[in-house]
Amino acid sequence: MEKRVVFRSAWLPYALLAPQIAVTLVFFFWPAAQAIWFSFQLQDAFGLNTQFVGLRNFEALFADPHYLASFRTTAVFSFLVAFFGIAISLALAAMADRVVRGALAYRTLLIWPYAVAPAVAGVLWAFIFAPSIGIVSYVLRRHGIDWNWILRGDQAMLLIVIASVWKQISYNFLFFLAGLQSIPRSLVEAAAIDGAGPARRFWTIVFPLLSPTTFFLLVVNIVYAFFDTFGVIDATTQGGPAQDTQVLVYKVYYDGVKAADLGGSSAQSVILMCIVIVLTALQFRFVERRVQY
Amino acid sequence: MQLKSLAIVLAACALAAANAQAQTEIVWWHSMGGALGEQLNALAGKFNDSQKDYKVVPVFKGSYPESLTAAIAAFRAGNAPHILQVFEVGTATMMAAKGAIVPVAKVMNDAKEPFDPKAYLPTVSGYYTDLKGNMLSFPFNSSTVMFYVNRDAFRKAGLDPDKPPRTWKDFQAAAEKLKSSGQQCVYTTSWPSWTHIENFSAWHNLQIGTKQNGMGGFDTQFTINSPMHVRHIAMLGELAKKGMFTYAGRTNQGDGRFASGECAMVTASAGAQATFRKNPKLDWSINFLPYYDDVKGAPQNSIIGGASLWVMAGKKPQEYKGVAKFFAYLSQPEVQMAWHTGTGYVPITLASYELTRKSGYYDKNPGADMPVKQLTYKLPTANSKGLRFGNFVQGREVIEEELEAVFAGRTDAKSALDEAVKRGNEILRKFEAAAGH
Repeated sequence: MEKRVVFRSAWLPYALLAPQIAVTLVFFFWPAAQAIWFSFQLQDAFGLNTQFVGLRNFEALFADPHYLASFRTTAVFSFLVAFFGIAISLALAAMADRVVRGALAYRTLLIWPYAVAPAVAGVLWAFIFAPSIGIVSYVLRRHGIDWNWILRGDQAMLLIVIASVWKQISYNFLFFLAGLQSIPRSLVEAAAIDGAGPARRFWTIVFPLLSPTTFFLLVVNIVYAFFDTFGVIDATTQGGPAQDTQVLVYKVYYDGVKAADLGGSSAQSVILMCIVIVLTALQFRFVERRVQY
Repeated sequence: MQLKSLAIVLAACALAAANAQAQTEIVWWHSMGGALGEQLNALAGKFNDSQKDYKVVPVFKGSYPESLTAAIAAFRAGNAPHILQVFEVGTATMMAAKGAIVPVAKVMNDAKEPFDPKAYLPTVSGYYTDLKGNMLSFPFNSSTVMFYVNRDAFRKAGLDPDKPPRTWKDFQAAAEKLKSSGQQCVYTTSWPSWTHIENFSAWHNLQIGTKQNGMGGFDTQFTINSPMHVRHIAMLGELAKKGMFTYAGRTNQGDGRFASGECAMVTASAGAQATFRKNPKLDWSINFLPYYDDVKGAPQNSIIGGASLWVMAGKKPQEYKGVAKFFAYLSQPEVQMAWHTGTGYVPITLASYELTRKSGYYDKNPGADMPVKQLTYKLPTANSKGLRFGNFVQGREVIEEELEAVFAGRTDAKSALDEAVKRGNEILRKFEAAAGH
């Protein structure tokens, strides 16, 4: 049974919660409410002229084929980042789990990229892949590959996927490693005695037991791809070429901050907010119930 | 003894503090980083030393869009700077913000400081003047697009480095020769929209938008899908396909690829000369933009880029006096000449141009006067005196996105420019509605 602590005082629990609630209200609810309010308005940049326009900002967004294309771009990007981020880190974790000597050093090195700021990660990879001076571009050109992500959308997408995945692998790795270590050895050993090879043991025993972790990471990685990759994109492609790497969150920033279109930008953030709410609900409903820490 | 000297120091400090308090501070937000920032600080420093009543405090606020955003936020919070440097594409945004700015003409008049808009190059003053002839912002740093060639690459390709291409026809012939001489990157460009749409239009006396390129009112529409525009963009798309045009990006990325010797030709800002001079191995020349010789009236004149200084509303009269004093100081030909020669921006008054010429600067730095000559090649027409489009930060982005689609070979020039006009007009309508006109 769970242990429950009951407060006798009527006000003490609220007093203890108050700082957290205040922070949440000021930094989360207040801006969110403002975004909703702004999304119904048309304002000039300096806020001198404000009109209430109802749902017109939303109508304009959904009538804009480029906004709809941005949804597709975001979907492709999130899928690629989540898939490769999870697959690669699972492979690394499975291998790290078997390392006997120097495991600590090995693991530390794998966790390292998580400490790198997204913008720095973006700049790093942008340098390595810079069309005219990048070291990888140089090698690619010598092999006859025309590498210019400034103009080629597929290559630009590849670049931001690589940078974002690289950044996220550490996080996924940690969870997978913890998940792997919580799998009882006896199960794996029993299978080994029954004659199952390493690959079979992994797919029939380890992987299914890891599925709560995998599902949790799937949601976290999608949320990451949706929101936290902003730094990577801003430091490299800035949404280009054309709009091939213009993911939803980047467009919110661009329209709101650079183009001073507060109404349109707020309408987009409201839509994003709805997406997060759905994702979070999914996570609570399916993940929290099944993950055993 | 020690106590006494301490007392003297304290007294001196108190005096200095009192002195500082008597000075009126003028806060100036700008976007000039690096060497340009040092030049700007020197300007402010010299002004501060020249008199005792006012102190100009320059604050670097990041890139142009960043400092504009910061100023908008500061204005909304009630603590905007006195002077704000705004890039040319933000002009319409500032103009529409009537309650947020004070026209420069009014600031100068109220303070009874001498100010003559006619002293400026027509392409400069026209950009920042409303239809009634009132100058709204103070021209500060202006440049234009120039065409640079690598003379060594020309020699290697068997071309005469003293005869750089003057027309786009010559340009294509030269590009073919450079390509067959093994040149990896034949041509690249910085600022694609500014160069190949905005300046291309002015240089050929073509309209960019109705209502005198938007200067006549916010109900303007883009006209950049004319047959000439389509022809030019299609030509660039063709060059890109044949590997003779390497796209480098939306801002000044082309500068570096020419400076390193990678690309043989580039269209870049007049301000890029400073970068090119830094590579002593680079043998380059600065030239007028190529033009189509079958277009009547071409070449006309090119238009400026760069930034101007806006005076923000809601300050004390005494502070506006200081702003006016500072602007009067900046208007002096000697000060302008120092800024022009120190930074590579064009001289923006006729007097400072004359002064620089007489000083022999252009003889020592051949080609340094080409940008001014190109800007003033002919008297500007309604099509070539500048442009003023609402939310042009977004508008330019739209144009650049569509150009990229052409250069990548994904769409043809006609449909890309039609799309740019359509999307651009939507932005203009939204701006018009937001400005309440």
